[in-house]
Amino acid sequence: MNKKNIGWTISLIVWLGTIYPSYGAKPADPKVLHVINRLSFGPRGDDVAKVQAMGVKKYIQQQLTPKSIPESPGLVKQISQWKTLQQTPAEIFRYSKLVSKNLPPEMVEARKKYIRQVKREAVAARLLRATQSNRQLQEVMVDFWYNHFNVYGNKGLTRLWVGTYEQQAIRPYVLGNFRDLLGATARHPAMLFYLDNWRNRAAKRKGRGGKVRKVLGLNENYARELMELHTLGVNGGYTQADVISLAKIFTGWGFPRRPRQAISGYSFYFNPQRHDFNDKVFLNRKILGTGIQEGEKALDMLAKNPATARHISYKLAQYFVADDPPKRLTKKLTKDFLDTNGNIRAVLKTLFNSREFWQKKYFHTKFKTPYQYVVSSIRATDTSVNNWQSISRTLRRQGMPVYGCFTPDGYKNTQEAWLNPEAINKRLSFATALAAGRFRKKIVTDNPQKPRRQPVNTIALTNTIGNRFSQNTKQAMDMAPPKLRAAIILSSQEFMYK
Amino acid sequence: MNRRQFLITTGLFSASSLVALGSHGWISRTPAAKVNPKRLIVIFLRGGVDGLNVVVPYREPAYYQARPKISIPQPGEKGGVLDLDGQFGLHPALAPLMPLWQQRSLAFIHNCGSPDPTRSHFEAQHYMEIGIPGATTTQDGWMNRLLAVMSERNPIQAVNIGGTTPQILSGSIPVASLGKGRNPMRRLPTDRPKVGAAFDRLYSGNDPLSQAYREGKIARAELMKNLAAEMEMANNGAPLPKGFSLDTQRLGRLMARDPKIQMAFFALGGWDTHVNQGATKGNLARKLQHLGNGLVALQKGLGSVYKQTTILVISEFGRTVRENGNRGTDHGHGNVMWVLGGAIRGSQVYGKWSGLEKSQLYQGRDLAVTTDFRDAIASVLDKQMGLTQQQIGTVFPKYTPQQKIPLV
Repeated sequence: MNKKNIGWTISLIVWLGTIYPSYGAKPADPKVLHVINRLSFGPRGDDVAKVQAMGVKKYIQQQLTPKSIPESPGLVKQISQWKTLQQTPAEIFRYSKLVSKNLPPEMVEARKKYIRQVKREAVAARLLRATQSNRQLQEVMVDFWYNHFNVYGNKGLTRLWVGTYEQQAIRPYVLGNFRDLLGATARHPAMLFYLDNWRNRAAKRKGRGGKVRKVLGLNENYARELMELHTLGVNGGYTQADVISLAKIFTGWGFPRRPRQAISGYSFYFNPQRHDFNDKVFLNRKILGTGIQEGEKALDMLAKNPATARHISYKLAQYFVADDPPKRLTKKLTKDFLDTNGNIRAVLKTLFNSREFWQKKYFHTKFKTPYQYVVSSIRATDTSVNNWQSISRTLRRQGMPVYGCFTPDGYKNTQEAWLNPEAINKRLSFATALAAGRFRKKIVTDNPQKPRRQPVNTIALTNTIGNRFSQNTKQAMDMAPPKLRAAIILSSQEFMYK
Repeated sequence: MNRRQFLITTGLFSASSLVALGSHGWISRTPAAKVNPKRLIVIFLRGGVDGLNVVVPYREPAYYQARPKISIPQPGEKGGVLDLDGQFGLHPALAPLMPLWQQRSLAFIHNCGSPDPTRSHFEAQHYMEIGIPGATTTQDGWMNRLLAVMSERNPIQAVNIGGTTPQILSGSIPVASLGKGRNPMRRLPTDRPKVGAAFDRLYSGNDPLSQAYREGKIARAELMKNLAAEMEMANNGAPLPKGFSLDTQRLGRLMARDPKIQMAFFALGGWDTHVNQGATKGNLARKLQHLGNGLVALQKGLGSVYKQTTILVISEFGRTVRENGNRGTDHGHGNVMWVLGGAIRGSQVYGKWSGLEKSQLYQGRDLAVTTDFRDAIASVLDKQMGLTQQQIGTVFPKYTPQQKIPLV
């Protein structure tokens, strides 16, 4: 920490020190709160004290290397018990297959049940990790990258595959190399299905019984989103001709339709017979018609393009710093992205150590998305959730179901997108229910017939989230009936923003 | 000046006046805003209603050939359609709507739909709700953009009936919501006075969060007040209708009572009739009967306000011309749009009829689209709602109207 930083930190502590709550521990260092709020889904248990003790730098370094952080055995055990999470797209498809007719009704029922289970386990695993994993930055980046490479979990086969898509194509790469992440999403059946590339084939003439007709096979959907959303950005300097060229380059990228005849059913498969082997011009460069290598070459070009570096840097700065991110920071990150060939960890390291990230004016200014709000509330109140489906429902009600963003651009993370009267009503209902212990297992007390709810302990909650409130919030807390105080805290400015 | 700033500067949301909430009329204390007397109600039939069995082209032999088991007989035959104009007939389950047709306040637009070829419910609904077929990033709905254009700046200008705000109403302008059934206002924790007071104190500032809270509270109080008065009236007489009709009648009465409610949206599911669709009677007929009764209840509830109201009934796509192997129909393309209203030129089936011969069909199987759904809606926005071309361009961006439908 340089001298200047120490200076303003002290002055801020002194200034905020005048607002000292009547109960609970000393207010936390605002820098500690800031780093926890942004690198994780908010403090849980004694996180604030731990980070205070180890120092902000060490915390950042640890979070950037998740493997160095031991994961809680309970979490690992629970995840391993959700069997469908370990399955490949092909396995899931096989178990869920409803195509064969004349099945006995109980078989049909069993398969339907299985389909529901696949989705339920994927959602539960996502939420369990987000709320309980010690590797918080990794989970935050899963949220970030899943939205960046969004797949809607309710379009045909994607309802089976969004979970494996996250396990196989997103999770392993969230802090790795951008090109690897890009390649993994490009080849995953969930993405191939969602953005229709499995239908994308070379135009050709088809003859049957003497008749010849032209089959138009090109589907531009993936090619367009790949440039507009995944890499270059909407003003990234490509033309409609580039979209068509790129679509042609990706002809034949898909998965075998009939797994029985397939080499490896419902995993990535390049079908040369569907590929357009003509030479193409893409982004002013000639691409020779060589087959699958063309696609890999195009992904290389896109990953290295400065427009991609700018686009990703802007989104990271917006996610981690401010809705309207400082230009200087975006520039710095862009340079880093290009210098390191898209090393995500390195770019994030620059971000977390940047002057902009630590500017006071950005502290507590990001309005939490419903997902961030719900996850951080569960963490702050140390709620061990009884039934993840109830959390899944509350997210749906708040307009942000897990795997439920319809459009390929993913959920937004700005205040403009999420702060409106209806949303606040729904948040307050959730906060009040959570504070009353509604999402926890009931506890058995004197009367075993009537187990009781466990309301949230207000003092533990204030301590967990750092005990730093404005005069107004403090007054509202003090004047509220004791039963309501936890709900008031969860609804405060200090908690709705991070 | 945006909406929120307006509300702040007019003092509507200042902390001191919040105390007045509950006992007095809240909005009445605000400067009298010029209220556009025109109303718009959109009813979305989710699942793709079979328009060919709603407004039946009974002169077309191809219709009867393609649907041996599920077609509706010609007028005059047993269970036959109700003749509309000598070419089309209305499904007999919609008989309650015939008086509206005769009074020239019901019209249809055939061969209407989205130019996008998708046959996915999700995609087709999404495009129709955002009003930009094929767009993959815009996420606000055209009704919300319409709200922004009309900018009456009142928190109950648009009401959604049901749970989560649908895509069509999503966007930067807040929307009030009303539930369905006997208890349309689900209790919120903040309805309890003690809890409400605690949150009022928490959100007493001028920050965006506090403002949003108070806007929500005002909208809710307004609706509750109207609702309480409406319930009193309703309980005072005939037994309440059930289901959809209960909801539509209540909505109509609320809109008649409070001119600030200018737009409403309703979604009705269950139109995805792949199996055993039925003909004169059966699954589809039952659904249509509920809908028809509900529309009549809505019209009655609106009372004298019906004169200034337009009701659009839309659906994401039509269904296949040919019936399938399960006596149902599959996802198709063109459909029929319904238009009701006191000021429309009704008693007509609009739209260029494209015919049902194989060569006339879209991709050889579905009713073609000859009227873009945006043309139909734009005609209403133009004549009935009094929007300028520029404003219509905001509601439906990147779109040049192809034709004007002389609906109004």
